[in-house]
Amino acid sequence: MRIITAVIAIATGTLILLGYFFEAFTDIQTLLLNWAVILAGVAAIVGIFNLIAVHADKIRRAEKGSVYSALLLIGLVGTLLVGMLLTPRHPVMQLLLNGIILPVEAALMALLAVSLLYAAIRLLRRRTDVMGIVFLLTAIILFLGSATLPFGDMPLFGTLIHPWVTQIWALGGARGILIGVALGTLTTGLRVLFGVDRPYGGN
Amino acid sequence: MTALLIITVTAFLLLIITLWKRKAPARLRDIPALTRLYRILGLSIEDGTRLHVSLGHGSLLDARGGSAFAGLAALRIIAERTSVSDMPTVASAGDSPLGLLTQDTLQSGYKAAGVEELYVPTTGRVTGLSPFSYAAGVMNITQNENVSANILLGHLGPEAALLAEASERENVPVIGASDNLTGQAILFANGQDALIGEELFAVGAYLGAGASHAASLTVQDILRWLVILALLGGAAAKFLGVL
Repeated sequence: MRIITAVIAIATGTLILLGYFFEAFTDIQTLLLNWAVILAGVAAIVGIFNLIAVHADKIRRAEKGSVYSALLLIGLVGTLLVGMLLTPRHPVMQLLLNGIILPVEAALMALLAVSLLYAAIRLLRRRTDVMGIVFLLTAIILFLGSATLPFGDMPLFGTLIHPWVTQIWALGGARGILIGVALGTLTTGLRVLFGVDRPYGGN
Repeated sequence: MTALLIITVTAFLLLIITLWKRKAPARLRDIPALTRLYRILGLSIEDGTRLHVSLGHGSLLDARGGSAFAGLAALRIIAERTSVSDMPTVASAGDSPLGLLTQDTLQSGYKAAGVEELYVPTTGRVTGLSPFSYAAGVMNITQNENVSANILLGHLGPEAALLAEASERENVPVIGASDNLTGQAILFANGQDALIGEELFAVGAYLGAGASHAASLTVQDILRWLVILALLGGAAAKFLGVL
């Protein structure tokens, strides 16, 4: 079984890769990718069942925070039933989305701003090395440079230092990091393609 | 065709260097975050606490899948090492196919340790399908499941700040790496030891995942030098008016 799964995975990966370079493999590549999209959809259903199983188990064991698990399950089942009965385009479903889900996500986003500010303050305490100081100084320069002021850009910061830091140093650094990530992705992908790393079972 | 050439050369180098690394063990430079991770693995078993590995919400159908696969490789080793613990490692993901692979990888780790019967399927979880719902689910694990360390490896964006904040409140150390620039900056500001850029892909090699992982690092170094030479050569050619 282990060998069969590995052979299927390697053959599929190779065919999809070849599809990017040779026209003869384009059709099979499209077919395989369409299958992958369908399987990803099925995986979403399995993922939801997994979520239900985990939280039902927490409620059964009366674990710490099981009230939240109960709320999650009630919300999940309620939304599912309403969605199935009324269809997703129904105004009630739209109200659920626009009145509950979007504000909650927006609230988390707002919380993020506070978390980041707190992290910046904490950084002074935790990381007093050169990199920490450089990180904080850069953040301060960028804040000052992009601050909206009634009289326009802040002299020196907005017109000279901010563009110099973002266009030269930050952009260069970001490209360097992204090249490193791309090289890492390439070797990791090849390891999976060769069947050396087999996250799909039995390795 | 240049891309195909790069892939072919990389594959060839990976193959050759893997064979070489099997005979000569790799010498790796010190990365404090990974040294700490190695120590945390042992301590969690002694303490009777669990580790939480979160693999982000990168889809396996696009370029973000690379970081997810790197996280899975690390999870495989972590699961194997901590399989005998009273508190098994919990893994979470914000993408359904990745969640399935998380379960499979955990089971493989238990199997490799010879204790497959101890594997609990609910230790591999999908906590949410959008970045913030995923983060909300992961924060719940940190706060309620006796976690001694949060290991974040994968595609994490700004929501990493919420995860780091929840860990800080529970006094749980975070070792984090993301392929996303925003996520990396946030983890750097929040974590005691952050992994930057390609260090995410080095976790497997540092945890002893095998010769192929060590070979990957060498191949990455070779390719990085080639990129540097190409950039410098291009700049020089442009300066001289050749290009």
